[in-house]
Amino acid sequence: MAYSNKVIDHYENPRNVGSLPKSDPNVGTGLVGAPECGDVMKLQVKVNPETGVIDDAKFKTFGCGSAIASSSLATEWLKGKTVDEALAIKNTDIVNELSLPPVKIHCSVLAEDAIKAAIADYKKKQGAEVKAAATAAQPTA
Amino acid sequence: MAIKLPIYMDYHATTPADPRVVEAMVPYFTEHFGNAASRNHPFGWEAEEAVEKGRKQVAELIGANAKEIVFTSGATESDNLAIKGVAEMYREKGNHIITAVTEHKAIIDTCKRLEKEGYRVTYLPVQKDGRISLDALKAAITDKTILITIMAANNEIGVLQPIAEIGALAKEKGILFHTDAVQAVGKIPFNVNDLKVDIASLSAHKMYGPKGVGALYVRRRNPRVLLAPIIDGGGHERGMRSGTLNVTGIVGFGRAAEICRQEMATESERLRNLRDYLNDKLHKQLDEIYINGSMEHRLPHNLNISFAYVEGESLLMGINDVAVSSGSACTSASLEPSYVLKALGAGDDLAHSSIRFGLGRWTTKEEVDYVADKLTHVVSRLRDMSPLYELAKEGVDLSTMQWQTEGH
Repeated sequence: MAYSNKVIDHYENPRNVGSLPKSDPNVGTGLVGAPECGDVMKLQVKVNPETGVIDDAKFKTFGCGSAIASSSLATEWLKGKTVDEALAIKNTDIVNELSLPPVKIHCSVLAEDAIKAAIADYKKKQGAEVKAAATAAQPTA
Repeated sequence: MAIKLPIYMDYHATTPADPRVVEAMVPYFTEHFGNAASRNHPFGWEAEEAVEKGRKQVAELIGANAKEIVFTSGATESDNLAIKGVAEMYREKGNHIITAVTEHKAIIDTCKRLEKEGYRVTYLPVQKDGRISLDALKAAITDKTILITIMAANNEIGVLQPIAEIGALAKEKGILFHTDAVQAVGKIPFNVNDLKVDIASLSAHKMYGPKGVGALYVRRRNPRVLLAPIIDGGGHERGMRSGTLNVTGIVGFGRAAEICRQEMATESERLRNLRDYLNDKLHKQLDEIYINGSMEHRLPHNLNISFAYVEGESLLMGINDVAVSSGSACTSASLEPSYVLKALGAGDDLAHSSIRFGLGRWTTKEEVDYVADKLTHVVSRLRDMSPLYELAKEGVDLSTMQWQTEGH
């Protein structure tokens, strides 16, 4: 299988590998894919609560070189974007940037799913936070 | 001594021709170019003599009579001829064939075609060690069974099937026994009479001979096996396989068989030691690695290991200066993990993470060291970026997790 130079670069020098604290209310975690399909991606974003901008993004991926490159690229793109801008990232952008062949398009789809899942998790946490805060503000007596 | 990269450790896929084999072949391209079927001039006689010498050399390797060797284009053709030839010839006797799920595609796909033509095929499962159960085989036999076809050694996991026991059982029941012996012949002792094999497929390029030539051993006595040809023409090879004989290929095949016969004992011992050294070294350097298939009943030069929590294709990408095969067929057209590993009951994740090592005549200890160290480095690096390894280290049982498989 011939890989593009960009895929090889991300595979050999993956950006932002690692983990953010899952319980942090400002961190959203997305875990997508399945081991039996040969791809699992964990993608995390840390959002600045003041600005709504993604300050940090980390990934860990079990998968082929294209899957690793897709998630590595995604974390690069996520940093500095607002949550809404992040949601606008499309798998086709990843395909084009990495010159993925047709058999590897599913890797880019998975990366897009991971972004959406991470942000959904963040939003859910924020909603829960707001609710918890609201509940806490209620007089108890 | 500096080792030469890339390192070839995929001897189950193919082997380079031994220089002694090439040397034997060369005169038959130009000087002795005759057609072995030309009966009325010396060019033909020379070619025929060379073919008969090759036939004898191949026969000797498996304890057969030269007259029992039918030359073909390779083992895929041999497998097709054996199964289709028996099916057609013995149709009146029955229509049932028994094989196993871990057989080579040349067997499985041939059986599938026969099923479409009205034959019944039983695909025996294998046990966790990769071997079939003799009880299951016994239970599958019916009065319509005309053929049992079980491979001698598996091409992915190197596991040896109980061929002698299957041969004895087939003989007792009066059923023909074919074995795809491609990976075994020339590597371990294989005698058609000791094993009671009736038909056996062989390939030259798996034993340091040239590509494009193979053979089918067809028993002539006790019982005399008859095969309907699948290729019609000039009636070569006792009418079982028409087509001008590949004289150069047969000369090379014969020489390769002779070398294997003479050197098998020392070569297999050397490779077994190297293989065990590779296995020990990997186990010392890495945790959570699993051997696929029986270590006891296994080709001496094969190792097949799953590296948990890393994916096969990314693993191969990291060791791109080492030629090995991955159980994950992501490297081929389909995205399915190896059907052989799945048949052993390995989870799909482990099937995706496996590497097949095939050692051979020119494998050195330095190469084994390089491969083991490189793999250790790459597996460790990939595990550092594997969410599965992280979850497992946190104590999460991955098999109980809910995965989002929808749409992938």
